[in-house]
Amino acid sequence: MTTHDGIAVELAGVSVTYADAAGPVLRDVDLTIEEGELVLVVGRTGSGKSSLLGALNGLVPHFTGGTLTGSVRVHGRDTRDHRPRDLADLVGVVGQDPLAGFVTDTVEEELAYGMEQLGLAPDVMRKRVEETLDLLGIADLRDAALADLSGGQQQRVAIGSVLTAHPRVLVLDEPTSALDPTGAEEVLAAITRLVHDLAVTVVIAEHRVERVLAYADRVVHVVDGRVESGLPAAMMRTSTIAPPVVELGRWAGWEPLPMSVRDAWRAGAGLRRALADAPPARTSSLSRRPDVAGGARPLLSAAKLSVHHHDLVAVREVDLQVHAGSVTALMGRNGSGKSSLLWALQGSGTRTSGTVALAEGGDPADLAPAVRRTRVGLVPQTPADLLYLPTVGEECAQADQETGAAPGTCRALLDRIVPEIDGRLHPRDLSEGQRLALVLAIQLSADPAVLLLDEPTRGLDYQGKAVLAEVLRELAGRGRSILLSTHDVEFVAESADRVLVIAAGEIVADGPTSEVVTSSPAFAPQVAKVLGHGLLTVADAVAHVGEGPR
Amino acid sequence: MTAGRLPRSLHPLAWWGWAIGLAVAASLTTNPLLLALILAVVWLVVVARRSDSPWARAFRLYVILGIVIVVVRIFWHVLVGLKFGTIKVLPLPEVALPSWADGINLFGTIYLEGWIGAALQGAKLGILVIAIGGANALANPKRLLRSMPHALHEVGTAVVVSVSVAPQLAESVQRVLRARLLRGQSGRGLRAVPQVALPVLQDTLDRSLMLASAMESRGYGSRREASSGAAGRLAIGGSTLIGLLAIAFGMYGVLDPTRTPGWSGVPVLVLGMLLAFGGMALGGREIRVTRYRRDPWRWAETVTVLAGVAAATGAVLSQQATPALMVMPLQPLAAPGLPILATVGVLVAALPAFVTPPTPKVRAR
Repeated sequence: MTTHDGIAVELAGVSVTYADAAGPVLRDVDLTIEEGELVLVVGRTGSGKSSLLGALNGLVPHFTGGTLTGSVRVHGRDTRDHRPRDLADLVGVVGQDPLAGFVTDTVEEELAYGMEQLGLAPDVMRKRVEETLDLLGIADLRDAALADLSGGQQQRVAIGSVLTAHPRVLVLDEPTSALDPTGAEEVLAAITRLVHDLAVTVVIAEHRVERVLAYADRVVHVVDGRVESGLPAAMMRTSTIAPPVVELGRWAGWEPLPMSVRDAWRAGAGLRRALADAPPARTSSLSRRPDVAGGARPLLSAAKLSVHHHDLVAVREVDLQVHAGSVTALMGRNGSGKSSLLWALQGSGTRTSGTVALAEGGDPADLAPAVRRTRVGLVPQTPADLLYLPTVGEECAQADQETGAAPGTCRALLDRIVPEIDGRLHPRDLSEGQRLALVLAIQLSADPAVLLLDEPTRGLDYQGKAVLAEVLRELAGRGRSILLSTHDVEFVAESADRVLVIAAGEIVADGPTSEVVTSSPAFAPQVAKVLGHGLLTVADAVAHVGEGPR
Repeated sequence: MTAGRLPRSLHPLAWWGWAIGLAVAASLTTNPLLLALILAVVWLVVVARRSDSPWARAFRLYVILGIVIVVVRIFWHVLVGLKFGTIKVLPLPEVALPSWADGINLFGTIYLEGWIGAALQGAKLGILVIAIGGANALANPKRLLRSMPHALHEVGTAVVVSVSVAPQLAESVQRVLRARLLRGQSGRGLRAVPQVALPVLQDTLDRSLMLASAMESRGYGSRREASSGAAGRLAIGGSTLIGLLAIAFGMYGVLDPTRTPGWSGVPVLVLGMLLAFGGMALGGREIRVTRYRRDPWRWAETVTVLAGVAAATGAVLSQQATPALMVMPLQPLAAPGLPILATVGVLVAALPAFVTPPTPKVRAR
């Protein structure tokens, strides 16, 4: 291999156009990434982020099809002459869903797979597997079946499985999006260790910017196929995608702009003093407390609800009520029983024992499915499971017909959530956020009093989440009750009145958002960590201090 | 404890050799004593040496399949079987079929001899299936694929991909069926088929593509730099294919020498083998994959295969020396005897339960 004065990746005049596409997905991208850098790629869904990542190891266009003009060179190798498989020793790629990319059954075999394909000698493989197990802290999992691991463990194994080939560049597509806060910490700790100890160049695309920004050396912002890059502080000054600490810093006029909670904490002493002096309890989050004490009607009540899957207890004797006019967030680790609880409450999922009662009496599980959805609606974790028709328009018409709603109801709901989706599009061609909006509109056509959402924020960008939060608040305002499971603490801070924390199938905390999330370091939103005083969002801080001196 | 007794998994081919030996023995006899002995030996070894893995737990399914085979065989005997014997068990009326199915009679009196004969025929097949299930329980099928010759690498990987995607397909069907309920549909009936099939197919396609793209970026199929080129690959593929056809043709000549010219027997078979194995060897050379922790072949593997060979050989020898002892005496009905050589062979096949190294335990987490 030739030497290249510290440049890992070089894109020159790169444009990518897929077959049948109206225009290029990437236009005239010039980007140079230096060796050992940690680069954070941000951008809305559909902005061309994934194509940019795919171009780095030649998956675009060798695997995906389409045309790429310009040149992509990785450590001197041009992807024009090298297929992704010929770059496997140079670029390691980890996808969004690690389980979908696993080829073998156990951790140890998975770590060895890439090296086997590269034809490394058996003794080299043995040594590298051991090194990698230690590097990522997964040595105790070596014999484990891949399917049995938690999300964070799977993501670390996926990273390890490309790392054994000793790549110089590591490309990660949304490595922490599906993970709970603790799992995300584990993965990020492993990644920063690689950057610091092994000088691996890392390119990460991530919607949850707040998790990664503090570690990034450079930020690449993709907007409609065009790319801007710069130092994090400079990019964040104007970026439309910014984590709460940055927004807080912009509002408070801190210089330099904070990139991490630690930076903001150090800059925020003055603001904290001002908060202590300000008159309390005018803030928006504190005002949206649920009326747990009385007044609000419970729309759905569960008593001693348990769910077993064979000998695994997913939900254990849960007592729960959800009230009219409230948004309740259900938080907890991956695999703590959130989905099982939601499905059991809706009545379509398994329930081993216990009772669920609607406000007007009766058990949703006893109702016919078509009637049940008019009382309790559920948007599952993979919303696409509900869609089977070839166009958005037909899906909407079908939803009106199923629910007996007036023709056009579903389409009107969809337009209110995300306007101007072309009715002739195939649902598969929608972005993650648009697809969620379509399924939400379909479920809302039945006008259920209680709406359950299983991980709706997964794969949504900042704008998508803001729209969702607004829709949910509006529904709550009309007296509906919403219960949603999520890992996204910032989203919870923006939208929920009440938080339930579930661990090993039992509810371990239940209370107003400001009390529950601020009492746990893993679940506290960034603004709460910086400012305290029960403030959860930048909007809270603005309302509390006012636009006055700070 | 010597190094040979350290816990380790045996080479998967060893277990398959052992199981095939027992299956051959089972296929040669209807003697209930010998069949029971084979079943006991398979059971003993599986219980002693299986691991706690999904494929090992599948042994139960093979046992159930074996029982089903016996039951089905008896059912067919009652329905259409040739009823023979002297001891009446169940007097059923005989129904003659119309002339287009001349010679087939439904039901009829069941005799003990015919009934036992059918049950033993079923048991023979059932135990054969259980022996193969034993091999499956003792050896990870995916590890067996890894031991395939390099030339069959691509076929093997295709099988691995389908084996990985199949359970996900079942999971995805379940998920979509549940999702149908959320839209107020029962998920039953003919109209529900596209509603379930389309999301499942799209999901499976997405997953297969993701797996394929992951394999591509991890270097799957990157071949040796000095590849033999398109023409070379064509020659290798052609010689393998022609060789395999020649083997089939030659085999026919060997098995039925009366109807085919003499040259078409052994010479064609040998030529076919040369071509096929030559092609495989050349093709294998072109793939530069290596194996992590290749399963070793030590004396325990040899003993295991020899134990299976002993069972098969004993059965073959007994059949030549004392053919009467290898079958259940039905006309007249009598107690079965024990063919010595076959019995000794099957008992030898129990050796792996004691002499092979124990199966490693999965470390507790």
